[in-house]
Amino acid sequence: MKQIFSSPDEIIEGIEDGATILVGGFGLCGIPENVIQALVRKGTKHLTIVSNNCGVDDWGLGLLLEKKQIDKIYASYVGENKEFERQVINGELEVELVPQGTLAERLRAGGAGIPAFYTPAGVGTKIAEGKEVRKFDGREYVLEQAITGDVSIVRAHTGDTYGNLIYRKTAQNFNPMIAAAGRTTIAEVEHLVEAGTLDPHHIHTPGIYVNRMIEAEQENRVERRTVKEA
Amino acid sequence: MAVDRKAMRETIARRAEKEIQSGDYVNLGIGMPTMVANYLSEDKQVMLQSENGLLGIGPYPSEEELDPDLINAGKETVTAAKGAAYFSSAESFAMIRGEHIDVAILGGMEVAENGDLANWMIPGKMIKGMGGAMDLVHGAKKVIIIMDHVSRNGTPKIVKECSLPLTGKGVVDRIITDRAVLDVTDKGLVLKEILDGSSFEEIQEATEPELIKE
Repeated sequence: MKQIFSSPDEIIEGIEDGATILVGGFGLCGIPENVIQALVRKGTKHLTIVSNNCGVDDWGLGLLLEKKQIDKIYASYVGENKEFERQVINGELEVELVPQGTLAERLRAGGAGIPAFYTPAGVGTKIAEGKEVRKFDGREYVLEQAITGDVSIVRAHTGDTYGNLIYRKTAQNFNPMIAAAGRTTIAEVEHLVEAGTLDPHHIHTPGIYVNRMIEAEQENRVERRTVKEA
Repeated sequence: MAVDRKAMRETIARRAEKEIQSGDYVNLGIGMPTMVANYLSEDKQVMLQSENGLLGIGPYPSEEELDPDLINAGKETVTAAKGAAYFSSAESFAMIRGEHIDVAILGGMEVAENGDLANWMIPGKMIKGMGGAMDLVHGAKKVIIIMDHVSRNGTPKIVKECSLPLTGKGVVDRIITDRAVLDVTDKGLVLKEILDGSSFEEIQEATEPELIKE
C-alpha cells in the first residue's frame, strides 16, 4: 500500500542533507510545488537537483536556489532565471548542462535499468568532452550514463490510492521518467481517488513506481502568459 | 543607420515559412523561430512539435482558454491544435532523435561555413543552456538557422570558424538572415537568394567565409 500523507512537511521526512533529488516539471508547468516548498521550509541543504529547469527567481526550484540549498544541478536550460545564471557564472553553484533529450533519456534509462546509451546529441561539443564517442554506420555518437536519485518528486493531475498517476496536457513532461528513476518516489497530485475508479487504459505512470502520495492544491503559476490579441 | 528590427524579423520569419511544406512535422525554436508560426499559410497542413510534449501547437489562447498546464517549449501559454497529442519528454525526443521531424527552424549566434552552429552560451557572460537544440540539430531531417546577418555591432555572424561553444558540428543545412539565404554545401557556402536588394559583393562583405555564387 502507498503511504498517503496530508502534510507536505511530513512527506519529505527522511530526505537528508546531501540527497540527490529528481524533480519533475518543465518551467513552472507540472512542478510539485507544495513538496518543493516543504524542502524550502525544512532547509535541507547540499542538495543535488536533477530537473529540466530550476524554476524562476521566486517560485518552484528557484526558491531552493535563493536559499542556497542546492550544491549541484543537472538541467538543460537556465534561461531567464537570473539567480541561477548569477550563481553559475560566479561559481557558487555547480551545474551540469545536459541536452534536453539526453536528460530525458538518462532519466528514462535510470528507471529502466539501462546503465548507459549512445546518442548523437553533443558530439563534437563540450558536452562530449571526456566521454566515449563511437561510430555506428559512419555516424558518431556519445555515450551517456543513466541518472537515478535518492528521491523523485513528481506532480500529477490525478492519482489513485495504489499510486497510479495520470498527467494533464503538457504538465506530463519529465514526470513519468522521474517517477521511475528515484529510489523513493513522492507524488503530489491535484486529485486523489480510490483505487479502481481510474480507467486502467488511461494510466501514464503505473503505481509500482510510487511510494508516497499527497493531495495538494496548486497555485499553478504561469511563467509566460501569452494570449491572442482581442 | 536606423534599423527597423521588427521589420527585419518579419522578413526573416516570412522567408522561413517558405521552407515548410504541407504535411511537414516542424519544430520551431524559442524566440524569432516561434514567430514563423504567425506566417504559416492556411493552405498548408502543418503539425508543430513542442519539445515539452505536444504535437500540434495551436494559436495563443483567449483569456478564457488560458491553461497553466498547456505551454510551448518557450514556456508561453498556447492551445492544442485539432488532432494534437500529448506525451512525455522522453517520447518527444525519441521522435526528434529518431528523425521523424521534417524541419527544425532554430536561432543562431554563430554559424560556420561547414555548418557548425553555436547558440547556447557566451563563456563568462551568458548561459542560456542548450535546451533541446543539441538533440534537434542531429535529429531533424532539415536544420534551418534564422538570425540577423550581422551582430549588433556589425560583425559577421556567419564565420569561418565559430568562436563560441558549439551546439553541433556540421549540422546546419540552410541559413536565412534579414539579407540573404545561404546553403551549407560540401564545396562551401552557396548564396542562394538576396533578400534586401544588395549586390553579391555587399553580402560577401558582411559574411566572413568566401561565398559561392549560385
